[in-house]
Amino acid sequence: MSIRAVVGEGSCGIAAGAHSVYNALKASASENGFAVGITGCIGMCFAEPIVDIYDGARLLKRLVRVSADDVHAITEFIVSGDPSAVGHLEITSAESAFLNKQTRIALRHCGIIDPESIADYKEAGGYGALKKVLAEMTPEEVIEEIKISGLAGRGGAGFPTWFKWNAARNADGDEKYLICNADEGDPGAFMDRAVIESDPHMLIEGMLIAAYAIGAKDAFVYVRAEYPLAVERLKKAIADAEAQHFVGDNILGTGFCCRIRIKAGAGAFVCGEETALIESLEGKRGMPRLKPPFPAQSGYKNKPSNINNVETFANVSYIIEKGGVNFASLGTEGSKGTKVFALTGKIKRGGLVEIPMGLTLRDVIFDIGGGVRDGGEFKAVQMGGPSGGCIPAEKLDTPIDYKALAATGAIMGSGGMVVTDSSTCMVNMARFFLDFTKKESCGKCVHCRIGTSRMFEILTRITEGMGEDGDIEKLEELCDGIKAGALCGLGQTAPNPVLTTLRYFRAEYEAHIKEKRCPAGECAALRRYTINADKCRGCTLCAKKCPVGAINGEVKKAHVIDNEKCIKCGSCAEACRFGAVEMC
Amino acid sequence: MCSDCKKSDLTLLDGIIDELGTDSGSLITVLQRAQEVYGYLPTDVMYAVAERLGVSPAHVMGVATFYTQFRLTPVGRHLIMLCKGTACHVNGADSIEKAVCGELGIKDGETTADGLFSLKTVACLGCCSLSPVMMIDEETYGSLTPASAVEIIKKIKEHESK
Repeated sequence: MSIRAVVGEGSCGIAAGAHSVYNALKASASENGFAVGITGCIGMCFAEPIVDIYDGARLLKRLVRVSADDVHAITEFIVSGDPSAVGHLEITSAESAFLNKQTRIALRHCGIIDPESIADYKEAGGYGALKKVLAEMTPEEVIEEIKISGLAGRGGAGFPTWFKWNAARNADGDEKYLICNADEGDPGAFMDRAVIESDPHMLIEGMLIAAYAIGAKDAFVYVRAEYPLAVERLKKAIADAEAQHFVGDNILGTGFCCRIRIKAGAGAFVCGEETALIESLEGKRGMPRLKPPFPAQSGYKNKPSNINNVETFANVSYIIEKGGVNFASLGTEGSKGTKVFALTGKIKRGGLVEIPMGLTLRDVIFDIGGGVRDGGEFKAVQMGGPSGGCIPAEKLDTPIDYKALAATGAIMGSGGMVVTDSSTCMVNMARFFLDFTKKESCGKCVHCRIGTSRMFEILTRITEGMGEDGDIEKLEELCDGIKAGALCGLGQTAPNPVLTTLRYFRAEYEAHIKEKRCPAGECAALRRYTINADKCRGCTLCAKKCPVGAINGEVKKAHVIDNEKCIKCGSCAEACRFGAVEMC
Repeated sequence: MCSDCKKSDLTLLDGIIDELGTDSGSLITVLQRAQEVYGYLPTDVMYAVAERLGVSPAHVMGVATFYTQFRLTPVGRHLIMLCKGTACHVNGADSIEKAVCGELGIKDGETTADGLFSLKTVACLGCCSLSPVMMIDEETYGSLTPASAVEIIKKIKEHESK
């Protein structure tokens, strides 16, 4: 018997307590003769911390929501083989359904291999594609294979990958650079982090193949500073790959050279834009450059450069191994392969999902994610973050395809999929994103710098019940102006959250402006809590739960809310067992 | 040089510059390392970095103020990073912020008078399934309510007063 307990140690798992589970298992393992290992993100964030029990390569049990206190039960199961010991921890079939409709390419090793072990990666076939490329393929053949696959940039824009590689390959000069964009700044998206944390060698292998194809000897990974675990694991992976001659000089004795360096970003959303990222790599403020020239002609240090994001690179080794035709057999006419999404918000089962293109939003949100949590009603799904938009219920049968999503007014984006229910105010959602783009605008273009501020002010006014006739028209005018007048993708797409909510939820804007009413009940300024003295029993629970001490009253006497102090968080209404707290 | 700023131990920069070199392209990395050493970026340190990398102090200041990671003032003993990403927003991050601000008597970006807490809202901590989330020092706290967030801070205060 070779029993192994494997703990999912991605950032989400660790935040949920996976590392204390790991330590407790480790302490028990030496006494009881089993092994303990780690893996990356399994993708089932809703069930973290997760422990998989393997017998050799066979998965015996998947245990969910495990705490350190459960380790004695796990040990008992391993020692006695009695499944009832861990019956209460075992994943249910409904929860397992999360994986049923998925097809995993970019995530194919995530949650299976140990991200800190190059041996594990090689055992799973890792670096086989690199060997094949270096031994059997010319750079042109590699680019042709990527062309056949139909792989498009997974960072959001969906530009054909082969085209960028080809342009960089054909650019003049011997000094060329390859850059991986791991500056995943879209709030609500975390798939690139999960790929690096869970399978860093696959990123390295994809980058090496790309470097070979374009003729680059130097490569960078520009990674968000907020991702310390990803940086740590990537550092180790690069060092291990160097030691085994996959990275550095004379790779695998073929004469091909490529070193890979990590540059930590310092926190600026606009650096996800490729020319801003290059400025930042050069040690400057991350302000976008005018295109053309494109980075393929003049990028880092004014040399030909190619930039792709993490998920794009994560597909490359698969395409080389299985062939472009195989990859292209998945998906739709215009969108090939799979896409990873971070499913979050008011969703029952949130996590990382990889599906073939062409499934519908409904498939992902309801069949995989289990629908809206707490019995809520689906209202909209936000896709593409600050550059995207809100897609309403009537569009749930839209297939996941670059063109079809763009037609809704949202975008595929990098893969954030935030589900909202009837308690989410769409005007406030638009305001939230404009607050973000206003802060993140680099300031170079007047339309973006000032336009986003004006839009934010108008949206704030509306959510505070001070909206005026003509505000919607002003917003629309500003949207047009910013789209036309901004240089980069951040500015050009900044109006999208407003445009889509106006398109699908115009009545909500009008209710705020004309009736001074927030239909979702979210906008605090339009909300007031009072205690119905007839229903209040004076139990004091609401006063105890109030985080700001805004509720006064004696025991067994009706309580009163001080509206000056009240922050309208609703804690009192939730706490009251007599329905005495009323919102209007 | 600045005349009215405090005197930092500039020899602490030597090791950083030795390792990273004086190429102006290393500026962001140098500032990141300097912030690790000093806790923030004191003005005299930025002047010294400018001199050693051969760029203008204005350029260093421009970079330091562009990126959210850099701090120009000392940070409190406990740094609260309150996530205001999309998933946290949908799950009530605004009311968590109000409750935390109410408890500490400070706003985003400020430090309490006793130097115990600094509050910073961030765009996304990437733990969306635990939303709403905040991170205090290295610890992540998920599925917050306004009351539980206040409770967590009160516990740290209690611990500090012992």
